[in-house]
Amino acid sequence: MTSSRFARTGRHAASVRVLAAACTLASATVLAGCASADPSTGPAAKGGTSAFKPVAQKAGAQITVWADSTRLPSVQAYQKSHPDVKMKIVTYDGGADGSTYLQTKVQLFDRTGEGWPDVVFGTPTDVTWASAPTKPGATPFAAPLDDKLVPKNTLDGFAKGSLTPCQFNGHTYCLRNDIAQVVLWYNKSLMDKWGYRPPTTWAEYEALGQKVAKDHPGYLVGSVGDTNSHESYFWSSQCPAFNLTKADTLRVNLQDPKCTRMATLLDKLISAKAVTTQGFFSQGFAKNSGSKVLMAYGPSWYGQYVFKAAFHTPAKQIAAAPPLTWPGETTASTGNVGGGVWMVSSHSANLKASTDLVTWLTTSNENQASAPTYPAYAPAAKAWLANPANSNYFADDVSGPFQQAADEVWTGWSNTKFSDATSWSSVVLPALTGGKSLVSTLPAWQKAISDQAKANGYKVTDR
Amino acid sequence: MTLLDSQPVAVAAPPRHGVLPRRRGGTAGYFFVAGYTLLLLVFGVFPTGYAFYLAFTNDHGQFTGINQFTRVAQDYRFLPAFGHILVYLLLWLVVLVVLTVLTAVVLRSRLRTSVSALLRFLYYIPGALAGVASVLVWLFMLDPDVSPVSWLLRGLGMDSFAAVLSPGNLPVIFMLIAFWTGAGGWMVVMYGALNNIPDEVIEAARIDGAGPWRTAWSIQIPMIRQWITYMTILAFAAGTQLFVEPQLLQTASLGRVSPTWSPNQLAYVYAFQQGDFNGAAAISVFLLVLGLLCAGLLVWRSNMFTLDEK
Repeated sequence: MTSSRFARTGRHAASVRVLAAACTLASATVLAGCASADPSTGPAAKGGTSAFKPVAQKAGAQITVWADSTRLPSVQAYQKSHPDVKMKIVTYDGGADGSTYLQTKVQLFDRTGEGWPDVVFGTPTDVTWASAPTKPGATPFAAPLDDKLVPKNTLDGFAKGSLTPCQFNGHTYCLRNDIAQVVLWYNKSLMDKWGYRPPTTWAEYEALGQKVAKDHPGYLVGSVGDTNSHESYFWSSQCPAFNLTKADTLRVNLQDPKCTRMATLLDKLISAKAVTTQGFFSQGFAKNSGSKVLMAYGPSWYGQYVFKAAFHTPAKQIAAAPPLTWPGETTASTGNVGGGVWMVSSHSANLKASTDLVTWLTTSNENQASAPTYPAYAPAAKAWLANPANSNYFADDVSGPFQQAADEVWTGWSNTKFSDATSWSSVVLPALTGGKSLVSTLPAWQKAISDQAKANGYKVTDR
Repeated sequence: MTLLDSQPVAVAAPPRHGVLPRRRGGTAGYFFVAGYTLLLLVFGVFPTGYAFYLAFTNDHGQFTGINQFTRVAQDYRFLPAFGHILVYLLLWLVVLVVLTVLTAVVLRSRLRTSVSALLRFLYYIPGALAGVASVLVWLFMLDPDVSPVSWLLRGLGMDSFAAVLSPGNLPVIFMLIAFWTGAGGWMVVMYGALNNIPDEVIEAARIDGAGPWRTAWSIQIPMIRQWITYMTILAFAAGTQLFVEPQLLQTASLGRVSPTWSPNQLAYVYAFQQGDFNGAAAISVFLLVLGLLCAGLLVWRSNMFTLDEK
């Protein structure tokens, strides 16, 4: 008995000692003040505070180029016309649909200290992280192109505001390849046949949608089901969903009348079945409903990529109209869906060849006149519009609407460190598919954007 | 007592319970386990240690105590991700245990040997497909436009791929994929476990008047209990690490599935999008502790290892 009690007391004492030691240790840590767990690379982190120092340059060194499949032929064309430049061309997803492949890889290259490609095609979102270090002490991936690499008069030739997503801390980290200004696409043959005129205001658009739903059920005047539909509709409505008021402060206010007016309008057309919640790019849409699309409010590349390539609409049927206006507006504001950028790696051992390549890709008529999408470089855009290959598919001349829309892209929709598609696709679209209305989903969307912004280090405000 | 005292003492004392007699055999044994041990150290133990180091420091290498853990636990995606995985695990483990054991019992006791062998082979086939390939098969199965069972999907009111992938359906979908790929292998294992039960035991039960279900419930299942525990531990560990399935569905659905549906995906986003390897390590430590706790509980409650020494 005695011995067993002693053993128990002994054990007890031991555990008390362990506990005491743990407490001392814990309080020691508290007293010493544990270091903050917050990563030091938020949006407030300064990129390129010290001057850009290129690595040792090697004339004629091979450059590695990462491009998406759409821009691959352009890179190959450069290689063909510049056979003396040693190039290794790699195809990747180019950041489509919010993919973060490039970012993932660069994070790893920054940790291993090697492997970076010299030139990459990416999305404006990519520039937000590429212009800042991915970890303390790392050099930002993108080289500041305005720093003795690309002449100022070349940079000045880009369409107004098209280089804004490239600019951080007073430097320009990318050259914009193309812009994707939103216009109103319509099937001119069907509109003429049914005696409709393309709308010029949102009120007319809504009225025509209701009319189509009644007179020609099954035909559609738009879709909200794609990963980027919000950029066509809510951006055009000047909704403050992704509005950076300062470099680190994001304004999100989906209860703003400029958001609710668009949500209300779309809800009415969705319940009338004139606007579908299935995406143009969703499985089976082209086959089942592609021929039923009377109108689509979307980017300049819809003509070639949605109507021609996906829906196989015959030539000379599709036309474009300028962006729609809201009451009280004299000039429209419109959205922008994508538009890629080219970046040069700050780790490149052949900056000369890399810079020459991105300059040729973005500004030369030789490449851009026959580019798949609308060039951001203004002189090249003129050449693009003059190229019959870019317009002979359409029923009408698209130059007017395209040029007008390019100047009307609203600048209040900011380029954030996180993709604006994630919250829309994973929160709003499933709710719409489940039968909820857009208006009733706005609070959930607001919360999703705010949460994501905070997780990426932004301060969030709703006014 | 007297009898005991008169026992001859020449007989060596029997080994104490639980202590195995020393085995002979030189260094060959070490040689054979060396390869595995080395790989385990390099790819198992070392990364775990590195994850612990990262989880307790920040990106300047300063010690942060438990701050990383509290920070990731406060992330708005943390609780939903663990909630998703909890619902999925409950579904998956219950279905796995009930159906594999039931199927194995039926295969063992109620079918002709040749039929049973054929069925075991068929059940195993999906398990031969690698993870990604099996998800691709399911992408077709779940899209009403191309699915061979589109009538079923439409009958359940799901007319499009997007409707099938509504957030409430996801745990069931991942459970189906996991069952389809994993359960066949476990049925074969359970069948083997049932084979280990001596025929005399089953015969004795029959003589005592036990029918097939009574035999299964009172004799066969209790006797393969440690295999069931073993299966549950491995399935639990694999389930908490769910990554490929939601990641592929996220891509295939053009983003309609959250990119941080499971904790592993959240850790991935932390590491490779936010560049926050320390936070990612903290999430992985959470998963490790969860897995160890559950395995420990099951091993303790089932006496799994003590049974082996009999």
